[in-house]
Amino acid sequence: MSTATLDERQAPYLAELDRFLRGRGDAAPARVRTLREQGLARFQSMGFPSTRDEAWRFTNVQALTSTPFRLGDGVPTNPMPLVQRVALPGAVRLVLLNGRFAPELSDLSAVPTGLKVGSLATALAQGAPECSHLGEAPMDAHPFAALNTAFLEDGALIAIRKGAVIDTPIHIVVITGGTGKTMVHPRVLLVAGEASQATVSLTLLTSAGEAHYTNLVTEAVIGEQAHIECVLDQRGTEGAFLTSNLHVSVARQGTFRLRTVTLGGRIVRNDASALLAGEGAHVDFDGVYLVDGSGLVDNHTTIDHATPHCTSHELYKGILDGKARAVFNGRIIVRLDAQKTDAKQTNRALLLSNDATINSNPQLEIFADDVKCTHGAAVGQLDDEALFYLRARGLTEQAARDLLIHAYAGEVLGRISVPGLRQQLERELFRQLERDLAEHTQAGAVPAAGATVDQE
Amino acid sequence: MSTSTDVIEQLATTDYKYGFVTDIEQDIAPKGLNEDIVRLISSKKHEPEWLLEWRLRAFRTWLRMEEPAWQNVQYDRVDYQAISYYAAPKEKKKLNSMDEVDPEIRATFDKLGIPLIEQQMLAGVAVDAVFDSVSVATTFRSKLAELGIIFCSFSEAVKDHPELVRQYLGSVVPHTDNFFAALNSAIFSDGSFVFVPKGVTCPMELSTYFRINAKETGQFERTLIICEDGASVSYLEGCTAPKRDENQLHAAVVELVALDRATIKYSTVQNWYPGDKHGVGGIYNFVTKRGHCRGVASKITWTQVETGSAVTWKYPSCILQGDDSVGEFYSVAVTNNRQQADTGTKMIHLGRNTRSTIVSKGISAGQGQNTYRGAVKIGKHATNARNYSQCDSLLIGDRCGAHTFPYLEIKNTSAKVEHEASTSKVGEDQIFYCEQRGISKEDAISMIVSGFCKEVFRELPMEFAVEAQKLLGISLEGSVG
Repeated sequence: MSTATLDERQAPYLAELDRFLRGRGDAAPARVRTLREQGLARFQSMGFPSTRDEAWRFTNVQALTSTPFRLGDGVPTNPMPLVQRVALPGAVRLVLLNGRFAPELSDLSAVPTGLKVGSLATALAQGAPECSHLGEAPMDAHPFAALNTAFLEDGALIAIRKGAVIDTPIHIVVITGGTGKTMVHPRVLLVAGEASQATVSLTLLTSAGEAHYTNLVTEAVIGEQAHIECVLDQRGTEGAFLTSNLHVSVARQGTFRLRTVTLGGRIVRNDASALLAGEGAHVDFDGVYLVDGSGLVDNHTTIDHATPHCTSHELYKGILDGKARAVFNGRIIVRLDAQKTDAKQTNRALLLSNDATINSNPQLEIFADDVKCTHGAAVGQLDDEALFYLRARGLTEQAARDLLIHAYAGEVLGRISVPGLRQQLERELFRQLERDLAEHTQAGAVPAAGATVDQE
Repeated sequence: MSTSTDVIEQLATTDYKYGFVTDIEQDIAPKGLNEDIVRLISSKKHEPEWLLEWRLRAFRTWLRMEEPAWQNVQYDRVDYQAISYYAAPKEKKKLNSMDEVDPEIRATFDKLGIPLIEQQMLAGVAVDAVFDSVSVATTFRSKLAELGIIFCSFSEAVKDHPELVRQYLGSVVPHTDNFFAALNSAIFSDGSFVFVPKGVTCPMELSTYFRINAKETGQFERTLIICEDGASVSYLEGCTAPKRDENQLHAAVVELVALDRATIKYSTVQNWYPGDKHGVGGIYNFVTKRGHCRGVASKITWTQVETGSAVTWKYPSCILQGDDSVGEFYSVAVTNNRQQADTGTKMIHLGRNTRSTIVSKGISAGQGQNTYRGAVKIGKHATNARNYSQCDSLLIGDRCGAHTFPYLEIKNTSAKVEHEASTSKVGEDQIFYCEQRGISKEDAISMIVSGFCKEVFRELPMEFAVEAQKLLGISLEGSVG
């Protein structure tokens, strides 16, 4: 029915792809070229999603797909302050500037043994063995993942050797910006060997000014008994578009913990899916988001319990203000014979404005009988009694609100174990909340109080 | 584990106890669906011109619609041209007493264990028995008439109270609502009509037994219940169907209208033929049920016990428009062998201080697939709306499935919406505990399942609660594990 419109919407992207392939794509290894062709074919057959597709019912991407983005030829002027703002002390840092590895902004001086961090393009050119995992993740159903594959060029490869325990935080910073509306399609490949441990933070930034679009795909392969924590930290500007696809497969006894923090962005769509491929595997998917203005944040998660004795925990918490929209869709599949599965999913949303809308759709699909699966969703406002209690103890209304929101968001933020990052995100969250609050109450209506609570 | 599986198998082989065909003369329309059939149905029922027009409008809408496919069930698509859309026992003279009812029809009801006369006398229940499509017996009419309550078949209501029918028909479920509602609107055969006037509390439970009888006739019931200001009524609907190999379609529409401070309680026990254990035959139960809390402080309660049908697909819903109105949904859905159910509710909060409660219990056994799908929407102006949802699934055996798809959409900050879901199984340790104390495996399962469903059965009227317990036992026979 809408093939004509779909084609129309695809056309600028296809033209841009053409330009990309002619310009700088030729030098790529054969494997990359094959992947690109597959990605393109899938993208062309699917087209962009519309709200008639169940997975996009509440997420209208019209504003994104109708924008004629171009691949970032230019780069943001002076990106160093941006990097410094988010830099983590003592971390190994790899910066992707408009999708390509930027050695001058990266700090790979202290890479410990057992860890390999570098440009994906270089690794592909050198034929690094870890690259065999690239393109393994089943993301066929997702048009934006297919688009990313069609534009596959560079990104980050993180490989942790068998048995290596990496204490140094690994920090990947993805910066999108420049003159004109820029899009980037970075790819991150994370391969954790047997019994390895590490924390990886992915920080997504956009430079101010024009609307930019970051289309990230992350593939993670977690070996047996490996323990990996991954923080997906999204700090786009107000006009930024962001789609993120993450797929992780976890082998026997492996653990993968994902914390997604979304602060800002016009349309943010996160798809995270996990395949629990070996017995005793565990995933944590946690998220916290603050969305205001007319922003939209959509978190889609899929956890596939394919083998017995696996566990998964999900906790997503949202704060909505202004005319914001948020979507949470959490799917849990328990396959036939995946007995003794323990899956727990919780989704909460805090509405600060009557113009905000939340759509919460948990989905359980269970084909085994000896399982424990629960999900809970709750939407509400701040507890009046709790507010009153704090007010009665001399806190200003704003301080009381901040304290409660702090506790609310803290449940997820507190799980981030990367030193420095949690504090950064907390500060950022409250800076934005304060700004929203000021807009709400107009200037001067509420005495300014910080996030800290005044004590006697 | 193996022993319990044996018991399951043994029980699963139990025959459907209500499968038999009553042989009575039928007046059947030719197979197929077109405008002429719609006209035929309308003329057979001596309907006024406006109703025929309404049917035709619905039919034309239906032609433009596509059969939905988003539901989580699989079945062979229905060939709408292979169904006969009208079957009625030959027109007979008006009946004044039960004795005049066709003895064969009465015997059918006897076999079902609900003899009309006995029910009339013992239970004090007025029964509007729908045998296939035409109401054959209506009891307690005069007693209700004294209070101004109208309880009659839909065709009689069209004849005797056209102004009421015209005012409310399609006002809750418009003919454009969905594929099956449009189909029903075009070719609905008969159904029940209830009107409770201002301030009247209906003194007895009103009940209808629907029964599909003639081979290859779908049943397209239409029920309309209206409660005026301050009125209240409790309505019971129950179903059993004879054994058949062809799949039969049942696409009913139920509309409830509650005005200021009115209360409607609608209870269903559904036990259509579920097909045999290989998934052959059985009823397709595609029903649109919706209640409209139009007035302030009105209340609509849906209670359903779904044990039958090969495929069940329905979402009894409430539109909470009046301030302070209340919607409730209590459901037990059982799928055994190869049965599939995709059922749940929609609570649409529009008015202030509206409240809704959803309690859904799904039991899957054998290779049954049970899906809860529900929507809770809180509109922008629904200040202080509250919703509590609870969806529990119980799995019996390791080849069945339980699925939950709730949709929550909230547009008001003062809303409090809570959704909880859990999945569990009948534990071997629980059975072991009971067996240790001399309780047979069968009784133990029955006890555990009853306990699981208690919250829903509590909401059923007495008469139904007993039957529901029994039905549950029969449906789960052979599924213990």
